[in-house]
Amino acid sequence: MTAHGTDRNGLDALYQEIILDHYKNPHGKGLRDSATGESAEVHHVNPTCGDEVTLRVHLKDGVVEDVSYDSLGCSISQASASVLYDLVIGKTVDEALAIHQEFLTLMQGKGNVEPDEDVLEDGIAFAGVAKFPARVKCALLSWMAWKDATTQVVAGGEDKS
Amino acid sequence: MVSPGPAIGSTSGLSGLLPELEVIRKDFPILERTLAGGMPLVYLDSANTSQKPQVVIDTMVDHLERHNANIARAMHQLGAESTEAFEAARDKVAAFIGAPERDEVIFTKNASEALNLVANTLVWAGERQIGAGDEVVITEMEHHSNIVPWQLLTQRTGATLRWFGLTDDGQLDLSNIEQLITERTKVVSLTWVSNMLGTINPIAEITRKAHAVGAIVVVDASQAAPQLPIDLAAMPLDERPDLVAFTGHKVVGPTGIGVLWGSRAVLDQLPPFLGGGEMIETVRMDVSTYAGIPHKFEAGTPPIVEAIGLGAAVDYLGHIGLGAIHAHEQAITAYALEGLQGIKGLTVLGPLDAALRGGAIAFELDGVHPHDIAQVLDSRGVAVRAGHHCAKPAHARFGVQSSTRMSSYLYTEPREIDALVEALEYTRSYFKLD
Repeated sequence: MTAHGTDRNGLDALYQEIILDHYKNPHGKGLRDSATGESAEVHHVNPTCGDEVTLRVHLKDGVVEDVSYDSLGCSISQASASVLYDLVIGKTVDEALAIHQEFLTLMQGKGNVEPDEDVLEDGIAFAGVAKFPARVKCALLSWMAWKDATTQVVAGGEDKS
Repeated sequence: MVSPGPAIGSTSGLSGLLPELEVIRKDFPILERTLAGGMPLVYLDSANTSQKPQVVIDTMVDHLERHNANIARAMHQLGAESTEAFEAARDKVAAFIGAPERDEVIFTKNASEALNLVANTLVWAGERQIGAGDEVVITEMEHHSNIVPWQLLTQRTGATLRWFGLTDDGQLDLSNIEQLITERTKVVSLTWVSNMLGTINPIAEITRKAHAVGAIVVVDASQAAPQLPIDLAAMPLDERPDLVAFTGHKVVGPTGIGVLWGSRAVLDQLPPFLGGGEMIETVRMDVSTYAGIPHKFEAGTPPIVEAIGLGAAVDYLGHIGLGAIHAHEQAITAYALEGLQGIKGLTVLGPLDAALRGGAIAFELDGVHPHDIAQVLDSRGVAVRAGHHCAKPAHARFGVQSSTRMSSYLYTEPREIDALVEALEYTRSYFKLD
């Protein structure tokens, strides 16, 4: 067989070094209860492949205090959870939701969206994933779980007020 | 297509391969396709769906171009031709599985619908109706389509669902068969060949046991029908399952068509499944009477051209011979087991003896998730399946969240296994595993 072209059939666009680094050394992994704010925990699965994540969000005074998670899955889903952790900790809920929307737009853009590094930082490495429709769900698994958990905390807070 | 190239390894000495493999491969036009980057297709996902020979494609196109009409209700020449072709397909399917009677062959949408037909009609009033206190026995290695319908049945009836566990080497654990199959057992439903572990189950032994207590036996033959010779009529009555389901698209036929074979005795005891056109004898506003089998279970216009395509498919397989296809699968499987086990960090799930298993091999590779394996393989033209293969409980039994599965068929060549092994080695290096 001959060489596979310079980008090995798009493989290198998918598996950016940044993604593989986050996969091998995930940030913030493991479920924690150390934070003090209001919390919610969700369990999301990708029914097609069985990948799963249990994710806990702590919000304090409208700020994302902690995101902790336990997950099983491929490099893309593991790395995207790690990047999520880096991006939303310490942000206000509104700021974090805006980042979430930016990431969602990137992932649903079929590879035609130019990512904003100022907003997404390491998340821009996922631009290549958007070209692989079968993998977009992997990248979004923990992000959707985060939004679900965050919405639950916010709704719970409103119920009490 | 896969270029001939120099002979690799010792494949020329592999015995059991189909003698006219090159000719057979030419029957499957898709095998000549190339993928992104000019990579030749190495299709190792046949347990998911098989590829289609030209004769199946041509038969379906010819029917649509020249004979298309509804069946059994059109009084014109095309209607007669279409009906004849559809019923001839039933004859071909009956011959393929050695059905004692051709009218015992029911066309369904797929194997799932066939299994759901049985699991639903057993809930409804009839001679075989299941109720509280009854038990249904399945196994831990079933595809979800042979688990969920029985969960629904037992939830609806108050019956109890029980199951055979698995041994560490991927066989059914029969050590508690006396406790599992009792006078309370009404149905035993199990797969003939596991779609994940490849295990071939002892259908005759379990059927004897079930029949001794008056239970009926349902067999999911989705993975067995493509690769094992099946001759129901030749099986002794006490060892012959009562109902057998399989799907068309895994036996080189089209999607949208499945088969439920059932013994006339049991099918006559089950109430109709779907109500509608052609399943009736007569209809009044207050009550209807029903047609005999097979039409009793075939309400509405069936997938006509799909059934005819399936007829051509099983004819094609029958012409090559299921015995020869089984030998080919065993030879390829043995060769693949050997090659895969030479890869550092790779663990095969299920029996390691090719004689005990079918041609689907699920495996794990330390340090790389199945999705990532499949992705790298795909970039090299090698198509496999990654995930839980609709067998989550079987994965859970072995403490595995998901796996990668290669599956061969009658058109698979040893050099495709070489390409898989090479691509897996490349995957290890791509993810820097050494």
